[in-house]
Amino acid sequence: MEAVMRQTWAFLFRGYHITRRYIGWVVVFNFYALVTSASVALIGVAENNYQLTVKLIVGALLWNYLSRLYEEISMSIAYERWEGTLEYTFMAPVSRAVHLLGVSLFSLLNSIVTSIIVLIGLMLFTNLTLRGANLFGVLVVLAVSTVAFVGLGLFAAVFPVMSAERGAEATHIFQGSLLLISGVYYPIDVLPRWLQPLSAFSPATYTLSACRKLFGVDDGSSTAQHLAGAPLSAVSHELLILALMGAIILPLGLMVFMRVEAWAKKTGKLKRTG
Amino acid sequence: MHKPAIQVRNLRKSFRKRSGFRKKSELWAINDVSFSVGPGETYGLLGPNGSGKSSLIRVLSTLLIADSGYVRLLDFTLPEHAEEVRRIIGRVSVDAAFYKKLSARENLLYTALLYGQKARESERRVMEILDQLGMEDTNFTTPLEHMSRGMQQKISIARALMINPPLLLLDEPTTGLDPKSRRDVQSFLEDLQSREGTTILLTTHDMAEAERLCVRIGFLAHGKLVAEGTAEQLKQRAGAATLDDAFIKLTGEDLVKEEEELALVED
Repeated sequence: MEAVMRQTWAFLFRGYHITRRYIGWVVVFNFYALVTSASVALIGVAENNYQLTVKLIVGALLWNYLSRLYEEISMSIAYERWEGTLEYTFMAPVSRAVHLLGVSLFSLLNSIVTSIIVLIGLMLFTNLTLRGANLFGVLVVLAVSTVAFVGLGLFAAVFPVMSAERGAEATHIFQGSLLLISGVYYPIDVLPRWLQPLSAFSPATYTLSACRKLFGVDDGSSTAQHLAGAPLSAVSHELLILALMGAIILPLGLMVFMRVEAWAKKTGKLKRTG
Repeated sequence: MHKPAIQVRNLRKSFRKRSGFRKKSELWAINDVSFSVGPGETYGLLGPNGSGKSSLIRVLSTLLIADSGYVRLLDFTLPEHAEEVRRIIGRVSVDAAFYKKLSARENLLYTALLYGQKARESERRVMEILDQLGMEDTNFTTPLEHMSRGMQQKISIARALMINPPLLLLDEPTTGLDPKSRRDVQSFLEDLQSREGTTILLTTHDMAEAERLCVRIGFLAHGKLVAEGTAEQLKQRAGAATLDDAFIKLTGEDLVKEEEELALVED
C-alpha cells in the first residue's frame, strides 16, 4: 500500500516540477483562459442581460474546468511520447490503474486552479455575485461529472499511444466536438437538427444543464443581487445520468487503454517519437 | 550447474512494412534467436543498425511482445510475468530519455517513487553511483537540457541502477559519447559486474568495448544470431586477426551500416 501511495505521488511530483519549470507557459495559458472566458461573458454584459451573463459565465467556467481536465489527462501520454519517457513509465512496475490515477489527480488539481483563476477574473470583469447560488450543489455535480470526464480523458489518451502526432490531433478534434455539441454557450436546440441527438452522449451537456439550474439561470426570480439557485433535488435527473456515465466510461476507458497498450507492444508502436 | 539468468529460445518477432499501395510485407526483426546468459555474466550482442539488437532488448524489457519463442529472466517468463520482470531489470537505451526541463535529481526521484522506493534512500544510492561515474554534485540540480550527452547517459545509467536490479539491459549505452565518458562508463560497468555480480546484456557496435566488457559475444545480422562465443573463439572460427574482421567474415556484413530499415518499420 505504501508503495502504491509513493507511485501515485510520483505523478503529482512530476507534474508539479514540470509545471514549475514551464511556469511562463502556465501563466500564459491561464491568462488566455481568463481572457477568452471574460470575452464571452462580456457579451451578456453588453446586452445588459444578467441572465445571459450568468449563463455564459457558467458555460465558460465549466468548460474551462472540464476541458482542462480532459486535455491534461489525454495529452499526458502525448507529452511522454514526445519526451521519450513513455517506455520508461511502461517499464516501471506500476499498474496502469495507479499510473492513470496519478495522472488524473494532477490534472484535477490543475483544472481546479485554472477554474479558480477564471472565476476570480470573471467576478472582477462582470460584477458577478454568487449570492443565492447553490454552490454546494454545483460542487456535487462537478464531483460526479469529474469521474465521467476522467473516463473520457482516458479514452482520448489511447490516441497518442497509437500515434504520437496523429493521436494529439485526434484528442483535440474530440475536445472540439464536445464543445460544439454540449451547449456550453448556446442552447442545444440551435444546433442543426441532425447534430442535436449527439449532445445526449456528452457528459458536459448534463453538467451544464444541472449547474445552470443550481445557479438560478432562466429562473425568473433571479436578480443581479440575488440568484435563485435550485435545490440539489431539482438536478437529480442530470446527476443520475452523470453517475451512470461515469460508472460506464471510467472503467471502459481504463480497459480500452490497457488493450491499446497491449496492441502497441505487439506492433512496436511505443518507440520514441518527436 | 547454475540456471541461466537470461534464457531466450527460438524467439521471433516480425513487423509489417508497407511496400506500395495497400501492399504489406513482413520483415523479421528477430528470427529464431536462442541464447542464454549465466548469472553475473556480461554478454554482448553485436550487430549493425537494424540487425535486431534493440528489438531484442525491448522484448526483454516488456516493451515489445514477441510473436513466438521462450523468454525467461531469472525465474520469470515473458510475456506472462511482465510485472515481476519489471522489478528485476534496469535498462539503458541509446537515447537518454528524460524530462529534459527537469533536473537530474527531479528525474531520478520521480523514477524512485515510480518504483515505490523511499526518495531519501534512493537519493543516497544515486549520489554514490554518480560519484563513481565521475559526476560532480553540482550537476545534480541542473536541468538535463543543459547537460552534455555524456552526462545525460551517466544519469541514465544511474536511473537504471538506482533500483539495484540483478539484470541490466544496456542498449548501446556508449554510442555517441566522447572517449572519456565512454571510458568512465566502461570502467563503471566492469566495477559493477565484479562488485555486485550483476548480469549484463550489452548491445553495441563497438568491437573494442565488446572485447573489454563481455565474457561471451553473439553476432546478430538480419535478426539472426549467426555466431556466438568468446572473442577469441570467434576470431579463431573466422580465421581473423580482429573481432571486426571476424564479424565481417561470419556475417558477411559491415558493422558501419547506414540504413536503419528496421527502425523505420517500427516507426
